[in-house]
Amino acid sequence: MQNVTITEEQQLQDMLDWALAGQKTLSLQGSGSKTPLGRPVEADAHLDLSGLSGVTLYEPAELVMRAKAGTKLVDIRKTLAENHQMLAFDPPDYGPLLGGAAGLATLGGTFSCNLSGARRVKAGSARDHLLGVTGFTGRGQAFQTGSRVMKNVTGYDLCKLVAGSYGTLAIASTVTFKVLPAPEKIRTVLLYGAMLQDAVALMRDGLSSVHDVSAAAYLPADVAARLSINQVCESGKPVLAMKIEGPGPSASFRTEEIRILLGAKGEVEELDQENSDAFWRFVGDVSPFVGSEKPVWKLSLPPANAAAVVMAITEKTPARMYLDWGGGLIWLEMTDAPDDGGAAIVRASLAGAGHATLIRGAEELRRRIAPFQPQALPIEKLNVRIKNAFDPEHILNPGRMYPLDARGAGGDA
Amino acid sequence: MQMPKPNEDVIRKRGKLVAALRHILADPAAVIDDEAALRAFECDALSAYRQLPMIAVLPSTVGEISEILKLCASEGVNVVPRGAGTSLSGGALPLADGVLLGLGKFNKILEIDYDNRCVVTQPGVTNLAITDAVKADGFYYAPDPSSQIACTIGGNVAENSGGVHCLKYGLTTHNVLGVEMVTMEGEVIRLGGKHLDAEGYDLLGVITGSEGLLGVITEVTVRILRSPEHVSAQLIGFPSSEQAGDCVGKIIAAGIIPAGMEMMDRYAIQAAEEFCHAGYPLDVEALLIVELDGPEVEIAHYQAKIDRIAEECGAVVSRTSASEQERMIFWAGRKAAFPAVGRISPDYMCMDGTIPRGALPKVLARMSELSKQYGLRVANVFHAGDGNLHPLILFDANNPGELEKCEAFGADILKLCVEVGGVLTGEHGVGIEKRDLMGEMFSEDDLKQQQRLKCAFDPDGRLNPGKVFPILHRCAELGQMHVHNGELPFPDIPRF
Repeated sequence: MQNVTITEEQQLQDMLDWALAGQKTLSLQGSGSKTPLGRPVEADAHLDLSGLSGVTLYEPAELVMRAKAGTKLVDIRKTLAENHQMLAFDPPDYGPLLGGAAGLATLGGTFSCNLSGARRVKAGSARDHLLGVTGFTGRGQAFQTGSRVMKNVTGYDLCKLVAGSYGTLAIASTVTFKVLPAPEKIRTVLLYGAMLQDAVALMRDGLSSVHDVSAAAYLPADVAARLSINQVCESGKPVLAMKIEGPGPSASFRTEEIRILLGAKGEVEELDQENSDAFWRFVGDVSPFVGSEKPVWKLSLPPANAAAVVMAITEKTPARMYLDWGGGLIWLEMTDAPDDGGAAIVRASLAGAGHATLIRGAEELRRRIAPFQPQALPIEKLNVRIKNAFDPEHILNPGRMYPLDARGAGGDA
Repeated sequence: MQMPKPNEDVIRKRGKLVAALRHILADPAAVIDDEAALRAFECDALSAYRQLPMIAVLPSTVGEISEILKLCASEGVNVVPRGAGTSLSGGALPLADGVLLGLGKFNKILEIDYDNRCVVTQPGVTNLAITDAVKADGFYYAPDPSSQIACTIGGNVAENSGGVHCLKYGLTTHNVLGVEMVTMEGEVIRLGGKHLDAEGYDLLGVITGSEGLLGVITEVTVRILRSPEHVSAQLIGFPSSEQAGDCVGKIIAAGIIPAGMEMMDRYAIQAAEEFCHAGYPLDVEALLIVELDGPEVEIAHYQAKIDRIAEECGAVVSRTSASEQERMIFWAGRKAAFPAVGRISPDYMCMDGTIPRGALPKVLARMSELSKQYGLRVANVFHAGDGNLHPLILFDANNPGELEKCEAFGADILKLCVEVGGVLTGEHGVGIEKRDLMGEMFSEDDLKQQQRLKCAFDPDGRLNPGKVFPILHRCAELGQMHVHNGELPFPDIPRF
């Protein structure tokens, strides 16, 4: 395999022409921080897009930014912070979780994997914020979809397909996305000692309240103990957390209301801005499970099912877990995983409602089992056709999501 | 505007098709072939274009829909799905050789699930009925297109409908969690559910806004939100549209995302005021309605900031609603702007481009030049927060040539939107209305790529043909690959 550093969009066209003419395959990466996510890719040439970098348009009053795909999130955040703005979907940094360094994640990788953090439950996903994409399809053709405006229903919304396709449909070289004002004030209210079932109900109440809770998570005592916020890790108790944001007077008012709601159930505490940031980074970046190589699963499910699903799994195999998205997201680290990394147990526990993704797993495991949720047959048939519509020769990231992406696989062309 | 030429072979077998459809549907009256009865379906809200369908069917079950689609697929018959027929872009315009598939009988809410903060509903339920079903418990469904009393949730998904509150709460696509749909091949599939961000290619995301070209939606799961504790609206009047536009930009730049931010120009203000006496100031060139929601302390905090910004921008009038009743009156004028304009002109055509907000002065100036050039008046209402323009072009269809003149004027406005970096349609859809302008925004290759997606769902192009795409390519032709002679792996690229 040869490595090719891309610094201009034209090089992408050239590489695609080369691959199409010679029946070669291409693997894509930004900084590589998410390369260990999904099925391992083997390709004839490896394209490094981290050199395609820089913000090309930013209009704070129009809430829009455009940047090249290799631009690092840390740089985007810095630029936005100068105008008191943010990426509202709270993109996580899985670098350390996957055994790499922090701070490397790029825009292209974040949108291609559709990764969102704790605020997703209120603000929407990465995909929801993607307004436009330019790049190239696997047909070797320049490709453009969406625009720079918020409201656009002109033609199919192909941004949605590009987001979450892990580079298997098109190479995104430039992305345009929505940005939002950063809140003036951020607080987090913690409740100590809640049991799992009660915590799920309380998070439902918080997220269904008028108080505009922007994130809700639950950390069992063993997970909370790993936080670097003294009062939390020393409590020795499970922690339920709700995030409140807004202009000063509003955030104070809402924090007080949430303190009253949770205070009726036990001991509460309030985190200031700095500790709130640290807390939600810990949750979003899956920091509790950093430092081991054990399989980590991410389950998206109807939030009311969270307690039952956790119990169904932990009855069968030992695991550490915590909840985000008000229970709609379960993070699991399999501490003594069966041979399949826990895939069968985890997926059976969902009983058809939701999906489970292996976020961390040894290369050998990711090759052997399905890291992404297997799809129902009629949907798989559509996926094959969509793959063939964008990348008929299967040259882009072959096999990254499903075996069907791989060369030579893939049914009715 | 031309539709694909009807297939005479299909029309000739109409009788056979009616019999086969009556065999599928439990209720024989649900297959309509009588001309007078078919008349009810001849157009949607873009009533300048009319066409009787060959046959209309009103199924009651998903199984029936699946069988109807299988029959049409095997007989080579086109199908046009229809909700309440409120499309402003002709999305539900029937075809002379097509079956019109009405979803009006799918009118039940199936489940209200507060534990998961969502509602599961059949597609024929109206947008407002969802909010009505959960209102007593303090919840609502956020997207609120102005036709919400009549438009259905299935149609909202097909068109990715917006509304005045989508600045803060998003479009339909941001509020739908799952759908069940039937493909043209008759397969029933479920996309998403009560969980977030379903894995694999985002089929739910592309179905939303696909204008009935990819599948027939038979069930929708939407998220519901807690109704805000307080809501307040403010009217702010300016001596010029530029100042009003400037104020909108400054409010957002100050970190405030109002629940809604609407703008009307002098002509629209006057028409609305005459129609429903909302108390709008008549001596201003532009009027903003800014709505805030949340706790009282937050509203007061933002209102003070907005007052300062408005004053800096040269506002001459500012009034805040003192009661819920007054807030509703403020909105009544805006919501009635279309019929109000309809009263002062025999006909009008509503455009729907979106522009980067900064381009507003340029677009308004150019629009008034065009108005003079075409000799047709324009009233402007504008979802100012997100740059979505609704110029209403006034004309009289009884004057020979005036409809064509109005269409040409409208096309010029939309081309202008694209020229300044915007888009042809913000919320009404392409349908037939903007179909022939798609080339202004997309290259031939991009349009072909979009049609390849269509081919993945509907390889024979049976669902709603003639809408959205100006040229229909055969899927086999779109599938071909043209490989360049790229033998050279470009020696000048650095490798390591």
